[in-house]
Amino acid sequence: MDALYRDYILDHFKNPRHFGTLEPHDLDFHDHNPLCGDELGVHVRVEDGRVADLRFHGQGCAISQAAASITSGELIGMDVSEVEQLDAAWVIDQLGIDISPTRRKCALLSLKVMRGATTGDASWPE
Amino acid sequence: MSVAALPNVRADFPVLEREINGYPLTYLDSAASSQKPRQVIEAMEAFYSYSYGTVHRGVYELGREATELFEGARERIAEFVGWDPDCSIFVRNATEAINLVAYAWGRHNVGPGDEVLITEMEHHSNIVPWQLLCEDTGARLRYLSVGESDELSLEELDAVLAEGRVKLVSVGHVSNVLGTINPVEEIARRARVAGAVTLVDGAQAVPQLPVDLRALDADFYAWTGHKALGPTLGLLHGRRDLLEDMRPFLGGGHMISRVEREHSSWRELPGKFEAGTNAIAEAIGLGAAVDYLATVGMENVRAHERELTAYALERLPEVEGLTLYGPCNLAHRGGVVPFTIEGMHPHDVAELCDREGVCVRAGHHCAQPLMRALGVGATARASFHVYNSRGDVDRLVHALRAARAVFGL
Repeated sequence: MDALYRDYILDHFKNPRHFGTLEPHDLDFHDHNPLCGDELGVHVRVEDGRVADLRFHGQGCAISQAAASITSGELIGMDVSEVEQLDAAWVIDQLGIDISPTRRKCALLSLKVMRGATTGDASWPE
Repeated sequence: MSVAALPNVRADFPVLEREINGYPLTYLDSAASSQKPRQVIEAMEAFYSYSYGTVHRGVYELGREATELFEGARERIAEFVGWDPDCSIFVRNATEAINLVAYAWGRHNVGPGDEVLITEMEHHSNIVPWQLLCEDTGARLRYLSVGESDELSLEELDAVLAEGRVKLVSVGHVSNVLGTINPVEEIARRARVAGAVTLVDGAQAVPQLPVDLRALDADFYAWTGHKALGPTLGLLHGRRDLLEDMRPFLGGGHMISRVEREHSSWRELPGKFEAGTNAIAEAIGLGAAVDYLATVGMENVRAHERELTAYALERLPEVEGLTLYGPCNLAHRGGVVPFTIEGMHPHDVAELCDREGVCVRAGHHCAQPLMRALGVGATARASFHVYNSRGDVDRLVHALRAARAVFGL
């Protein structure tokens, strides 16, 4: 089996969870990876300070799409304050694969837009 | 001239002896940057080892020798494209050459109500400097469209020129994404009749086509050495009267004739546009690169790239789900083959090609407006130079099939 393109990564790429749009939503954010042009947006519904539901949308490589899909299930139910604390290591741990420097931004794009939606901070996760 | 006519070329490129992931290196990204023959590497090493000195200053032997090597390289580089060495300015890269014109010519000749005309197939380096110029001057930036055959329309050019507001036409000689060879002689001629100045971005042309700037007769021509087997050094060729009328772009040492407390006067061409110490070894390396290309013969380079492109266009459709982009007419197409594969993002295609030592580019290729015009987010791209062979195309096809298998396609 391929070390990067594992079966579950390809499954999330081909069948992304929580993908599409969410109407109505309370928060949204859209951004892209300037290196490759991958684009990803998120709609978030918040209830009582928690992420009640979300949908990612956009287009990109298997790593960026799988990262959005895999983390989406974890993000739903989190306190917004918890989302603000998430970092790069959390995403890479969720992905469960080694990420080379050239693919790091692919892996981090979904957390970047999620943090952008919840905190307004559009910087790349450290 | 067949591919077999360039038998010894590959051995001149030391990097091609490398293996990547246990496979022979298959370098198919020359449109981004080419590899270097040992003749270029040795010319630069010899200069640094035995002849290094700064240029245009030293009265000592090393300074004289360095100046002779540096200016000798300029003469050979200018001759290679058929232009006057005094009107051939060394810059960092093609991007800087275009910016030089946008600042030193554009800021003084373009104003509110004027138009700058570019095309949808330009590299960002031939878009963003004009956006900045238009923001600063109140001019309008317009685009010629890319038609269904992935080529420009001279009728559309005529229609825009006929409106009478175009001050500058800036167009790529060869598209870095589609490979389209644009009719730049005709574009420059029509622009001149309409009273517009023309800049041609030749970054993808000089490395692979015979280029004769006297015949082409544009006002400015920009290109870069690192795609033409040389080091990172750019060239701006310009018409003498325009260059003489222009203000300097960068101020500093070397570019002056006399410096007073409040003002200065400028050195004669090309020094007026070469502030500070030059990239001396890079110029000498680029001189060796054009010598090398001249020895191979640019007609042979062109024939080689055309044959490889034809072979790639024949073989790549064997890969299921693959879509090709770019002109079908090989007479209008350079050695660039963009493609996408259904069900795979180009980034993943390039990553998996690398597993077999095959280097292809993936992404927007610094041409985002073109990607939007084509209706794709990104493509993969294979591009060729003298050191590539049919075997490289075969290895690409093999790597693409293996990539699809990883994705369960």
